[in-house]
Amino acid sequence: MTRFSALSLFTKAFGGHQNWPEQWPDAAPKPAYDAIIVGGGGHGLGAAYYLAKKYGITNVAVLEKGWIGGGNTGRNTTIIRSNYLYDESAHLYDHAVKLWDGLSQELNYNIMYSKRGVMMLAHNVHDVQSLQRHINANRLNGVDNEWLTPEQAKAYCPPLNISPDARHPVLGAALQRRGGTARHDSVAWGYARAAAALGVDIIQNCAVTGIRRGANGAIEGVETTRGYIASKRVGVSAAGNTSVIMHMAGLDFPLESYPLQALVSEPIKPTFPCVVMSNTVHAYMSQSDKGELVIGAGTDQYVSYSQRGALHIVEHTLAAICEIFPIYRRMRMLRTWGGIVDVTPDRSPILGKTPVKGLYVNCGWGTGGFKATPGAGDLLAYTMAKDEPHKINAPFNLDRFRNGRLIDEAAAAAVAH
Amino acid sequence: MILIHCPYCDEKRPEIEFANAGQAHIARPFDPSGQSDADWEAYLFIRANPRGRHHERWRHVHGCGRFFNAVRDTVTDKFETTYKAGEPRR
Ligand SMILES: Cc1cc2nc3c(=O)[nH]c(=O)nc-3n(C[C@H](O)[C@H](O)[C@H](O)COP(=O)(O)OP(=O)(O)OC[C@H]3O[C@@H](n4cnc5c(N)ncnc54)[C@H](O)[C@@H]3O)c2cc1C
Ligand SMILES: [Zn+2]
Repeated sequence: MTRFSALSLFTKAFGGHQNWPEQWPDAAPKPAYDAIIVGGGGHGLGAAYYLAKKYGITNVAVLEKGWIGGGNTGRNTTIIRSNYLYDESAHLYDHAVKLWDGLSQELNYNIMYSKRGVMMLAHNVHDVQSLQRHINANRLNGVDNEWLTPEQAKAYCPPLNISPDARHPVLGAALQRRGGTARHDSVAWGYARAAAALGVDIIQNCAVTGIRRGANGAIEGVETTRGYIASKRVGVSAAGNTSVIMHMAGLDFPLESYPLQALVSEPIKPTFPCVVMSNTVHAYMSQSDKGELVIGAGTDQYVSYSQRGALHIVEHTLAAICEIFPIYRRMRMLRTWGGIVDVTPDRSPILGKTPVKGLYVNCGWGTGGFKATPGAGDLLAYTMAKDEPHKINAPFNLDRFRNGRLIDEAAAAAVAH
Repeated sequence: MILIHCPYCDEKRPEIEFANAGQAHIARPFDPSGQSDADWEAYLFIRANPRGRHHERWRHVHGCGRFFNAVRDTVTDKFETTYKAGEPRR
């Protein structure tokens, strides 16, 4: 692996950026591995990296049915924050936010983590009460979050319309200054490159089609479109396709998969300094370093694997964006797309062991798991290496749907991203 | 936006007239106190979530207001059929 440095970039630039070597090899599957990760998104690639880096398990394969980062990792609006209500969630998401810091250095790959602040708008009395409750709960957990008046919100984000007769009046906002964005593709590529350098095989165009269990029920390996691969330890990190893969192991899961959409505008000069989210009208926005306004819309109401979403969902979001930020009314949108998100009944993820020995799962991140990428990877690796969950992910087990210990961020936030 | 056939109105109408009401044919237990935790988990939380043929409920909220069932392919989003509540699973 070539190390990136100012000098290497300069030298290559001087040579017209010719002859950059391949950043990691396109591996073919071996007959057996010590551990297999199903799904080459940021979470799965991160798990492979931490398995090799922290736990010395380097004979690992990441199996990706398409191309790495081609799932939700490459389709999301990259909002990073940790201001969740419940203690368990605050610890889980803040663990990830702490890892984002320094990740570029650790991976020697610029993932462009930008702490530009995430501001959540309050449009009505209920929003005010709920955001203030979040702020208090967050602070008790050592997670930064502060209340802004409408004027302070406008000062932080000048395009915001705070006129009292606006369609969606701004009564205040909650600001998490450590929140922000990162470059999604770089996260996948950075982890893949760093994992491959430690010996992990990154295998693309390799869909898992079956799971083989032995006479005692334990995992023996996976059937794939590129043949059978043996492993006694399999971690599934397949986002919207988790139910399908769990069925292969004979497990039914508390998940439903929905299309979630995003869109970007034509690129313009920097005008939008932070991330703004409005949960009530369901619109959120930031501006990418390329200059595009990156806009997140809602999910469709029905279960689907189509990786598209309906037009009226996008229209609803854009109507709200035009009201909240009138200066963008004449912007043109360049692209829209959808990803399939795996939603749990309590809108919290499932990260831990399964009833099948040797089978581990990381799923249910739904509409908001990009922010958790380094944390989820780290905790899945821990759980697979030790065959028991870390105390941070222990509450996010599958049993909670049986014993009732839900972590109900759904009820707390109504929307989560 | 998909077009949905309401079996009561016998008309194909745009999706915005309808509310999806989740997986179909999940029967509420007759004897709640006789259910185990695992039964409750299955009833409340476990969902088929198939990639392909899916049975689901819809309600024609901005029309006749009635619930009905549908079979839809979750990859193409195409409806195979819709039928009235109470009719056998197709
Ligand atoms: C439009 C949109 C906006 C979003 N915005 C945000 C946001 O602003 N902030 C935030 O925190 N989160 C956001 N999310 C959610 C976030 O993208 C996901 O929670 C997160 O990226 C999940 O990462 P992952 O690595 O688990 O999944 P993915 O990146 O989806 O990776 C799973 C991989 O598994 C592969 N796979 C599936 N089936 C198989 C199989 N049988 N065999 C082999 N491989 C298989 C897939 O091809 C895929 O590459 C958004 C999602 C979408 C769709
Ligand atoms: Zn009707």
